[in-house]
Amino acid sequence: MKKLRLATIWLGGCSGCHMSFLDLDEWLFELAQHIDLVYSPLADVKEYPERVDVALVEGAVANEDNLHLIRQVRERTRLLVAFGDCAVTGNVTALRNPLGAPEALLRTIYVERAEIAGCIPHAPGIVPRLLNNVYPVHKVVPVDVYLPGCPPPAPRIRALLEQIIAGGEIRLTGREMIKFG
Amino acid sequence: MAARTFTINDQLISAREGETILQAAREHGIFIPTLCYLDGVSPVGACRLCLVEIEGSRVLRPACVTPVVEEMVVRTNTERLREYRRMIIELLFAERNHICAVCVANGHCELQDLAIAVGMDHVRFDYAFPRCDVDISHPLFGIDHNRCVLCTRCVRVCDEVEGVHTWDVAGRGADARVITDMRQPWGESRTCTSCGKCVLACPTGAIFRRGATVGEMERDRNKIAYIVAAREQRW
Repeated sequence: MKKLRLATIWLGGCSGCHMSFLDLDEWLFELAQHIDLVYSPLADVKEYPERVDVALVEGAVANEDNLHLIRQVRERTRLLVAFGDCAVTGNVTALRNPLGAPEALLRTIYVERAEIAGCIPHAPGIVPRLLNNVYPVHKVVPVDVYLPGCPPPAPRIRALLEQIIAGGEIRLTGREMIKFG
Repeated sequence: MAARTFTINDQLISAREGETILQAAREHGIFIPTLCYLDGVSPVGACRLCLVEIEGSRVLRPACVTPVVEEMVVRTNTERLREYRRMIIELLFAERNHICAVCVANGHCELQDLAIAVGMDHVRFDYAFPRCDVDISHPLFGIDHNRCVLCTRCVRVCDEVEGVHTWDVAGRGADARVITDMRQPWGESRTCTSCGKCVLACPTGAIFRRGATVGEMERDRNKIAYIVAAREQRW
């Protein structure tokens, strides 16, 4: 059987969802028989490839790099999974939204509260500009599957991947699969 | 008291006259989701989660305040009702900042449980991300308006069971907030007896014991009905 081309993406999130993915432990060997990992923060690949079958997208869309990457991911991916609460709801990454535009926040954090010679990080091309608001992934591009959880527990990730590998309709219901938090 | 016979989801039900559809359904093990309803205080039909279809009625009726009628035909779980319930839950999540991952009530929250029950895997509406206050001026308790769903359980339990009416609702629409006294900080309220019944009644992480951190805010909401039942037997 042809292997699935799997990618994992890390947008505005804490990488906890990726840690939970690694918590699949020895099942990762089983998974490796069914997939090729073609792009991931866990793999040294610079450019998001073409014809990806499945992408697990961790994190919310918080800055211009996130926005650029998620659009590329959508164009080149068949099944896009919002992977974890930040991707699905904005979650902790979106805690800044009620506080307004990011400039004032950055000044508070990096200048007013700085202990020594504070300044707002500014390095075009290296440090991406923050968007005015943090968005869940489906607000920016169409999402095919939602996997809540902060992070989604490893057995929940496994249950989804098993459904994807098996083919057919994906159905996630009940506390074990869709509890937020 | 006269008995009333009717059907829920084609099941023949016998109930006492004056009982609501919700009471009769629960006695027969039929699940109807509720949020503002709380055993021990008066029902208000505010959250609309318990809406049911009644044959011959053009509108949907809240089961918690609709008395049973002889031979009525009730449906509690149609496609239309399931879709409305999911929409209601999604709108509640979109209206305030419900961040389960960092909430005191994570794992013990009625809103979170309802989201699972209605199959909500994401929210289709735009989040409002309103700016909401957290009042921790009371020495024992706090109120986090980010998590409030305006069910008014705190208002009713304070008024009807404690007999104090410290809580009420001020403002309209998206600006509505539960308030203490004349919108003073809770800690400055001259009427609050610090009885903690509002803490017991709250379905989410909005009203909490100070010192509780993520997932620690457990409460026994049945205590309210217990207190009321005990009092009714004594008086």
